[in-house]
Amino acid sequence: MIEVKNLAKNFGKIQAVDHVSFVVEKGEVLGFMGPNGAGKSTTMRMITGFIPPTSGTAVIGGHDIIADSISARKKIGYLPENAPVFPDMTVFGYLNFCAEIRGFSKRARKRKVEETIEKCFLSKVRFQTVDTLSKGYKQRVCFAQSILHDPEYLIFDEPTDGLDPNQKHEVRLMIGEMSSKKAILLSTHILDELEAVCTRAIIIANGCIVADDTPENLKAKSSVHGTVSLKVSGTDEQALLSSLGQIENVKSADIVDRKENRIEIRVCPRDFQTPIVDRIINTLREKRYEIESLFVEQGRLDEVFRNFTT
Amino acid sequence: MRTAESITNIKAIFKRELSGYFGSPIAYVFIIIFLLLLGFFTFNIGMFFENNIADLKGFFDWHPWVFMFLIPAVAMRLWSEDRRLGTIELILTLPMTVMEAILGKFFAAWCFIGICLLLTFPMIFTVLYLGDPDLGASACAYVGSFMLAGAFLSVGIMTSSMTRSQVISFILSVVICLFFILAGYPPVLDVLYGWAPIWLVNLVSELSFLNHFYSIERGVVDIRDFLYYFSVMIFFLFVTGVIIQNRRTS
Repeated sequence: MIEVKNLAKNFGKIQAVDHVSFVVEKGEVLGFMGPNGAGKSTTMRMITGFIPPTSGTAVIGGHDIIADSISARKKIGYLPENAPVFPDMTVFGYLNFCAEIRGFSKRARKRKVEETIEKCFLSKVRFQTVDTLSKGYKQRVCFAQSILHDPEYLIFDEPTDGLDPNQKHEVRLMIGEMSSKKAILLSTHILDELEAVCTRAIIIANGCIVADDTPENLKAKSSVHGTVSLKVSGTDEQALLSSLGQIENVKSADIVDRKENRIEIRVCPRDFQTPIVDRIINTLREKRYEIESLFVEQGRLDEVFRNFTT
Repeated sequence: MRTAESITNIKAIFKRELSGYFGSPIAYVFIIIFLLLLGFFTFNIGMFFENNIADLKGFFDWHPWVFMFLIPAVAMRLWSEDRRLGTIELILTLPMTVMEAILGKFFAAWCFIGICLLLTFPMIFTVLYLGDPDLGASACAYVGSFMLAGAFLSVGIMTSSMTRSQVISFILSVVICLFFILAGYPPVLDVLYGWAPIWLVNLVSELSFLNHFYSIERGVVDIRDFLYYFSVMIFFLFVTGVIIQNRRTS
């Protein structure tokens, strides 16, 4: 597992990371969220041994990144922000170089590189130099480098940054595939991504952890969580609202939007544990309203994110 | 165990950097300019034919001056480029020490200059054709020139680690190299005379690249000259290591 212990970093007077501690277990995908400049990249750079921390440390699979840096780094696969790759090398040459430093023998190296090229869909560009590649390919080359040695611990700094929706999907699938056997820490500010791949999320603001929970629980912190949104055909707003208001366990019913003869309403329950959907449907059917759509809000991560970080 | 690993790492970096030179036009431009400049200085400025002496002194005497400009140009990309592109983050998060990375880069650049030096072989043939030069002394001079190149290079790799701008790295390293060339000569020593204690003046004059270069060039193999060059290289490579360790921020 990755253990981050009281990690702090000062740049001059600015405290970029303020005593951050958390643990990533195997089988977990931890999403690191936060506004720009919150200290995500700095934290990751300290965990991977690129920047020495001002205080605190990180322990990767039992190896301290400061005291036993080389052994710790061997266990990590790291995709830095903006996916830097040597522009003058070919894709094959670069991965071969990484495999050499990762300690593969000549024969194993070739197999490993071929395997990784296959896995990351790089066969088409294997002999192209990196500076001729598009942003998406560069990102994939750097991604390939991070998983080449099949590390137990993966650290991705914005892995889908600059990719098109299809490529994003591919990368998420790959992360999903690997997640059962590895501990993965990734940073992102795409909230969909967090929901799609992460089993746990940490929100960091001004260098401090402000939330640490599963994406579902975080969403539950949203003010709209558990409310029922419905669209109903009809024009008589008052009658509709009053009949909804009489339903047991309904705290309030408000009109969100109205268009011609369609009304959009949000119903807020008094007690979130007791479901109200069934009752709403029955009441509306009795009064002969036509329900166009109805759903229970899961909560909005962007709202939660804003609440935590502003 | 760790030693074998170190060697693998240094070798990997070495190969990457060396192919980096030859994979871009830098190497070819550099080789051509290097050979043209040396030829020009030896034959036109040094008046090789007019001297009527078939030896290589007129050729080797120019090496420090050509090196002074060209070696900083070879060295300037070594770390600046990685800083600018962010690839330094890749290198320093790989399982190897900073020193291994520095040595790999250093040896690659040194080897590249070695190749350039070997390509001056027509000069030897010219002299052999014209007369009967002392081949032993010539070999010595080549070795001395190679050592001098290493010393310049260690300065260049240090300035390259200080900045992400290759231009700044180049200028700084030319200035430092110039200081080392002139250390034993009036421009530098005159500044020191009068106020500095005599041991400091002696120390500075002993630091001169040139004095040690000339003594090897004459064919005098003195272990102290080699010791001197190796100490200079080790010193600057060590400083490079300290700089990179301390400036591992973006």
